Amino acid sequence: MAAATANRIAGRFGPYGGRYVPETLVAALDELEHAYAEAQADPDFHLKLDSLLRDYAGRPTPLYFASRLTESLGGAKIYLKREDLLHTGAHKINNCLGQALLAVRMGKKRIIAETGAGQHGVATATVCALFGLDCVVYMGEEDMRRQELNVYRMRMLGAEVRPVSSGSRTLKDAINEAMRDWVTNVRTTHYLLGSVLGAHPYPTMVRDFHRVIGREARQQILEKENRLPTAIIACVGGGSNAIGAFYEFIPDKEVRLIGVEAGGRGSALGEHAARFSGGSPGVLQGTYSYVLQDENGQIALTHSVSAGLDYASIGPEHAALHDSVRAEYTSATDAQALDATLRLARTEGIIPALESAHAVAECIRIAPTLNPRDILLVNISGRGDKDMGILARELSLSGA
Amino acid sequence: MPIRFASKPGLPPHRTKSGCAGGPGLVAYITVGDPDLATTHNIARAAIDAGADVLELGVPFSDPLADGPVIQRASERALRNGTRLHDVLALAAGLRIERPGAGLIIFTYYNPVLRFGLENFCAAAEQAGVDGVLVTDMIVEEAAEYLDALHRHRLAPIFLAAPTSPDARLERIAAVSQGFVYAISRTGITGAQESLTADAEQLVRRLRRFTNLPIAVGFGISSPEHFAAVGEFADAAVVGSALVATIEQAGPKDAPSSVARFIQGLRGGIREPAVPAR
Ligand SMILES: Cc1ncc(COP(=O)(O)O)c(C=O)c1O
Repeated sequence: MAAATANRIAGRFGPYGGRYVPETLVAALDELEHAYAEAQADPDFHLKLDSLLRDYAGRPTPLYFASRLTESLGGAKIYLKREDLLHTGAHKINNCLGQALLAVRMGKKRIIAETGAGQHGVATATVCALFGLDCVVYMGEEDMRRQELNVYRMRMLGAEVRPVSSGSRTLKDAINEAMRDWVTNVRTTHYLLGSVLGAHPYPTMVRDFHRVIGREARQQILEKENRLPTAIIACVGGGSNAIGAFYEFIPDKEVRLIGVEAGGRGSALGEHAARFSGGSPGVLQGTYSYVLQDENGQIALTHSVSAGLDYASIGPEHAALHDSVRAEYTSATDAQALDATLRLARTEGIIPALESAHAVAECIRIAPTLNPRDILLVNISGRGDKDMGILARELSLSGA
Repeated sequence: MPIRFASKPGLPPHRTKSGCAGGPGLVAYITVGDPDLATTHNIARAAIDAGADVLELGVPFSDPLADGPVIQRASERALRNGTRLHDVLALAAGLRIERPGAGLIIFTYYNPVLRFGLENFCAAAEQAGVDGVLVTDMIVEEAAEYLDALHRHRLAPIFLAAPTSPDARLERIAAVSQGFVYAISRTGITGAQESLTADAEQLVRRLRRFTNLPIAVGFGISSPEHFAAVGEFADAAVVGSALVATIEQAGPKDAPSSVARFIQGLRGGIREPAVPAR
């Protein structure tokens, strides 16, 4: 079933992926790869993970028919996959529980992570509290400012949040800093990477931990509609919620897979994070994929209203899905994402994360062009609580 | 142009016993374009004249994830000056003519090379008279195409060996390396440290079983004491962040002479303390 994108060689998706890292990290990546393969073959690992996903994280998440949004758009039927209802408020917990179990198996007692929107940082801090592990989270200063609520949550959970002041002080810079920590403390530390990025085995492993999204969604839509959706729509930062939602549908050729990148505030380099329209293949932070870069191979700055999509590269499996045209990639601007947030809040009583709002924006764009027999399945990767500061400002909401 | 250490032309560079007279060979790393291209050129000549056997010409990169704060800042300054891979190659070409005996290595992250085009880069490096290439984020498993291109252009591939690399990897690294093998003194990023860890000597001992190439030890070497200590068990020492910090503190006008003094100091002449790197 997964054969459609079976890796040609380990860690490669077509030409993309691989391992471009300092030599010091290779042994740790090998160790992780082996530990992961062993865990995959161990029924006890799956039992533990499944019970945590069910009893702790709150899986399965509902597939909800958004009738008022559907009606207001007057086209395709819209279903929302409610990853926003998970513990900690986003899909990120799926991967964090899996990797925390692996860290415990490997005997690593110190966890480091990067975070953009703070959702991965919160999920990491959460599993570290749950398993009694030391936790250090690197976060760009710009992201700490705009996602301050999540900084408090991480600290509440006992994590140390280390501000990163290099570059654009966002996700890419936090990953650089986490990798520097890992190179230094590699013997005792597990790097709990938060998306389908980085060197092998991360893109494969993180994808596998999120496949549950699509597995549930496929079963749920068949139960409710007795047929497959016309399209799955998900936002793409590094690409973990999207690949998780897409993966089980890849062999279903009639199902369109639509990834939505951050269109930011313009199409000039530096004003967005649309890697497929504005980037070209290159190596960043361990993997070969599409990268926003200048003509000298220097990585470009990016912009998005949503911290979780504000990143210069994209998971290598998405690069392969893009080139093979199995998935389509488009973008939504900051303004469209803000509109979509408001619209979903007012029609369905659901405030999505600004990241997820990019997927909602694409749904709003295409639903009216489809007919009522079409079904759109939108992955709501997270909830918007963390974004209330930005939303209050951008939408001029008044407070006390 | 062969990569030779301790200014002993033609010497089969490996030494199996306790280093060599006059201390180990010296590999000097500088970030090209810091503080500006003209000054880098002067620094490079001064470093060679003061006794550096091999120069690593660092290509500034926007995301130097293997580097500590000193080289990060140098890269930022160089990029602000608009330094490109082209400029690094042009500098190498000039040095090749002016200082024919010095080893010249391009030290870079992979993306600028990819963007330049692997084949174009290797052709241009050969043309410039570069001896070898070290790509920080290139590991042997990913290197088939890369090695091919380097071989076609007679460039020595230099790989890093780490204290965490098991013997099987060291063997592969040794097998594909030319010129010298770069042994990382400890787990970590570039930057100064107080004392050398036992990691370095152990790693060199393990590497020796797989290669007759010279072994250079780098990361954190910042004082005459470190330099002499490395000479006890390795063929050469790489000095990077300490030089870059010297350049940062001296400013453009004094950087070349400060670098020369620093290198002479390493060789044990003047025993001046290393510039503390932050
Ligand atoms: C709610 C939410 N959705 C999406 C993303 C983007 O990540 P990915 O593309 O890996 O799903 C983030 C990242 O922070 C997020 O918090």
